[in-house]
Formats: sequence, structure tokens, C-alpha cells
Amino acid sequence: MLKIIYHFYRDGFRNMKLGKRLWVFIAVKLFILFVVVKYFFFPNILEEKFNNDEQRSDYVLQQLTQGKK
Amino acid sequence: MEHLDPSLVDWSRAQFALTALYHWIFVPLTLGLTFIVAIMESIYVKTGDEWWKNTTKFWMGLLAINFAIGLATGIIMEFEFGTNWSNYSWIVGDIFGAPLAIEGLMAFFMESTFFAIMFFGWEKVSKRAHLLSTWLVAVGSNLSALWILVANGWMQHPVGMHFNPDTARNEMTDFWAILFNPNAYSKFLHTISGGYVLAALFVIAISSWYLLKKRNIQFARRSIMVAASFGLIVSLFNVTTGDDSARQVAQHQPVKLAAMEGLYDGKPGAEIVAFGILNPNKKINDTQDPFLFKLAIPYGLSVLSYHKLDAYVPGLKQLVYGDKEKQIMSAQGKMDRGTKAVTALTNYKKAKASKDKLAQAAALKAFDADSAYLGYGYLKAPEEVIPPVATTFYAFHTMVIFGSWFILLFMIILYLTMTNELHTKRWALWAGVLSLPMGYAAQEAGWITAEVGRQPWAIQDMLPVGMATSNISSGSVMITFWMFAVLFTALLIAEVSIMTTQIKIGPKEAKHV
Repeated sequence: MLKIIYHFYRDGFRNMKLGKRLWVFIAVKLFILFVVVKYFFFPNILEEKFNNDEQRSDYVLQQLTQGKK
Repeated sequence: MEHLDPSLVDWSRAQFALTALYHWIFVPLTLGLTFIVAIMESIYVKTGDEWWKNTTKFWMGLLAINFAIGLATGIIMEFEFGTNWSNYSWIVGDIFGAPLAIEGLMAFFMESTFFAIMFFGWEKVSKRAHLLSTWLVAVGSNLSALWILVANGWMQHPVGMHFNPDTARNEMTDFWAILFNPNAYSKFLHTISGGYVLAALFVIAISSWYLLKKRNIQFARRSIMVAASFGLIVSLFNVTTGDDSARQVAQHQPVKLAAMEGLYDGKPGAEIVAFGILNPNKKINDTQDPFLFKLAIPYGLSVLSYHKLDAYVPGLKQLVYGDKEKQIMSAQGKMDRGTKAVTALTNYKKAKASKDKLAQAAALKAFDADSAYLGYGYLKAPEEVIPPVATTFYAFHTMVIFGSWFILLFMIILYLTMTNELHTKRWALWAGVLSLPMGYAAQEAGWITAEVGRQPWAIQDMLPVGMATSNISSGSVMITFWMFAVLFTALLIAEVSIMTTQIKIGPKEAKHV
């Protein structure tokens, strides 16, 4: 069964024409999004600033109780 | 209070809007084109006519291009939640976790199995198994959208949750209430049917172009027949879902409805503006006419909002300053109760720190009494509850006017196709081509109405956008805004370029995706 599935995908990818270009496009885009954009520009603020959920809760609660922005 | 740069909120808003609007260029076409492709393949399986197989493959190729270019553009919004909207993502995390996890799993399994069969399985599986996969891709991609719209519907009308003052999170208390939130499913149906309309316009526009060029005539005629029939049915359905959506807005977001209609003074038997030019100098407190010009349908807004000719529809003045006779609480009244909720939350936090159980219980009771107005406690002035009226009004009317035109267009195109006259009517073919950008404009206008119209709220009545924002440098948000503007524009140019190349090649060459 696994062999059939493997051949199905292998032959599918081999026979692609336009699809090959699209896959290259997808790979480059995912690299830019997940490696460059996410890593360098979009840190998860609460994950990076605090060690556990209790600290994160305290921080957000502090924001909510400090009033108007 | 930490100082928050006001431009940070605007840049964060602008960045999210840019990302969402670009993302929405790709999504609706996928939602609708999957169904059109499935219908065409069904005809192929039913008739055994190889010609329909080639037609299906051609449109499937364009679907693949749109899917590949649009893939993962939505993930950027998730990045933005963690960076720019950390308070918001923490507060809603418990609610959004389940629907978004289901969406992610569903998308992964659907795309890795049925999408693969749809594109690779033409000669590998039986006709019926292939057709089933195509239909499952159509249904699955739409169900994938369901979970996103459940999350969005919850933000517009939060239900099935309880705010936990210990964790500062909204915790899910009733999954089914969230899933069957009337705001969510009316939004879902209106959104996907809008996507179907766009896909029908897409097929008609490309086919009309072939007819104008006098090439691929049979292909174009048959494709137009399928698309116009599909388009007419789904555009009429879109009207009914829009009607339901408007009633949800009237009940849960009356300020948005008033802004959508430029309604400052409420009245029974309120008219609906079919076309209007707003008075740019109009202020909520003055007596100026809100319109420089308008064409209105008497009683239309009352019927749309409450299905009654004489139903009272409140205007911005009543919603901001209140109306005792109509039992409408003023925004100031809500702000007072919101301030009490914030104070109670502060007292709860202090009592918890000092381990004073009695004070903690009293503060919690006080908080629960006013927690429905929590968000109003962060507003500085009652007028802040008004969204940008002009943007909301023009976006809504653009959507409605274009949507009405599409119904007429589908009728005309279908009639001319059935009478075999379409290829001789160049004006109709040009109308078919030029309606495609209008379809995209209507899609974006719909989202602008929904999202600009709910300002200032990130979560309706609970969390204003200013409180949802992370306290980061506005400069970094500005840089990433322009970075995304360049990235998305490049993606759009790539899509248009690859798509137009494939369209110029035409259906005969598109045998393998």
C-alpha cells in the first residue's frame, strides 16, 4: 500500500509541467515567510519576554488594569 | 500606564489590513473555482465526453496557479497576532485555539490527499474516485474557511465564553455556541457565496476574452454556460445571506449598521440609501444634512434590518448619546460601567496579591456585573465608538451596487448564451471581461465594511484595538508594512503573469498540471 502511494506521488511530481514551477515558487515563498519574515521580523512577544503562562497572564492583566491607552 | 505611540496602533492596523486584503485576493477564487471545476468534471463523468475533461483540466490549472500563489499568505496574519497583537492573541487564545487547529489539520490532510488525487490521479484512479476527490477538495476548502469565519464571527459577536480574571483569557464554555454563532454562519455563507460569484465572473471574463479574440469558441461558450448558470444561482443566494448578515449587524453591531447607511438620526420606517454622496463636513452634533445627494428606497433599512416596514432603526446620535424613550444606553453610560469593570478587575488583582479572599470575592462579583461593558472602560470619549463613516458607507455601497450588477450580468450572459447570440454581442463580452475587476473590488469592499465598520473594537464591546496592540516600536511595524507591500505586490505580479501566460496558451495546451 505504501509503495502504491509512494509511486502515485513520485509519478505525479515527475509528470508535472507548470506544477514544477509552482512548487519552486511555493518553496521560495515558504522559505521567505517562515525563515526570513518569521525569524527576523515577527517574534512572539509574550513567548520571548516571559518564561511561563503565569507571567504572561500577569503582564496582560497589568495592561488591562492600567486603563486607557 | 505604559505610553503607547498612537501611530503604532495605526501602523499595526494598516499592516493587518494590507495583509488581509492581499490574502483575500487569492482565497475567494479558490473557494468558488473548486466548485466550478467539480461541476465541469461531473458533466465529463456523466457524459463521458473527453472534451469536458480537457475543459476541467484547463480551469483546474488556473486553480492550481491561484492556489500556489495564495498558499500561506494568511499565515502572515498569525505572525502579526504574536508580534503586533500579543495582548489580543493572549486574550482570545483559548477561543481561537480549537477552530484554528481544526482548520490547520483539515487543510493539511485535504491538501495532501484529495488535492494530490485531483491533480495527479487522472489516469491513476477511476473516474468516479477522481470526481469524488474533486468534490471533496471543493467542500473541504470551504469547510476550511468555516473555521476562520467562526473565529471572525466570534470577534464581531463574542459568545460561548467567560473571561477569567486570573489568566486574563476568554475561556470557552460552549463550543457549540461558538460554532453556531448566528453571526459566524451568516458571515460564512455570505463570504463563500461571494467567492462563488467571483469564480463565476473569472470564468466568464476569460471565456469572453476568447470569444472577443475569436478563438477557443466552443470551449468558451460551454464554460460560460456553466459559469453563468452557477453565477446566477449563487448570486441570488448571496443576496439572501447578505440579508441575514445585515440583520445580525442590526442586532449585535447597530453602530456599524448606522455607519454603513450614513444614518445619524434614527427613525421608524427608515429608508435605505441605494446611492449617495456623503457630506464630508457632517459632524455628529450638528444639524447638517449627512448627504450631498442620495437616492433612497423608503422603508428599505427597516425591512432589511428587522423585516418590518415600520421598525425603528437607531442612528449614530441615539447610539452615542442614548435615547431613554427607546431604551438605548448612551456610550457614556457604557463607559461608566466599563470603568467600573476595569476598577473591579484592578481590585481583584490587588486582593489576590494580598490573599484577601473576601475582597477578592467582592471584586469578582462587581466585575461580573459590568464585564459585558469592559471594553468601554478603555475609551476616552463617547464619540470613539463611531467607526470611519465614509469608508464604511462607500465600501458597503460598492459591494451592494456591484453585487446587484453581477446578478443582471449573469442573466444577460446566460440569456445570450442560450439564444446563441453571445459571440455577436461584443458589448456583452466586454461587460463580462470588465466585471472581473469589479468582482475583486466587491470582495475587498465586503471585508472593509465588516472590519472598518466594527472599529474601534478588536473584540466587540470587550477589547478596543488600542488595548489589543503590543507595545513595540512603530518603526518596526512601518518597515514590515512596506516589506509586505513589496512581497505581496510581487506575488500578485507573479500570479497575473503566470495566469495570463496560461490563458494565452489556452485550453488545448493545458493537459498536464
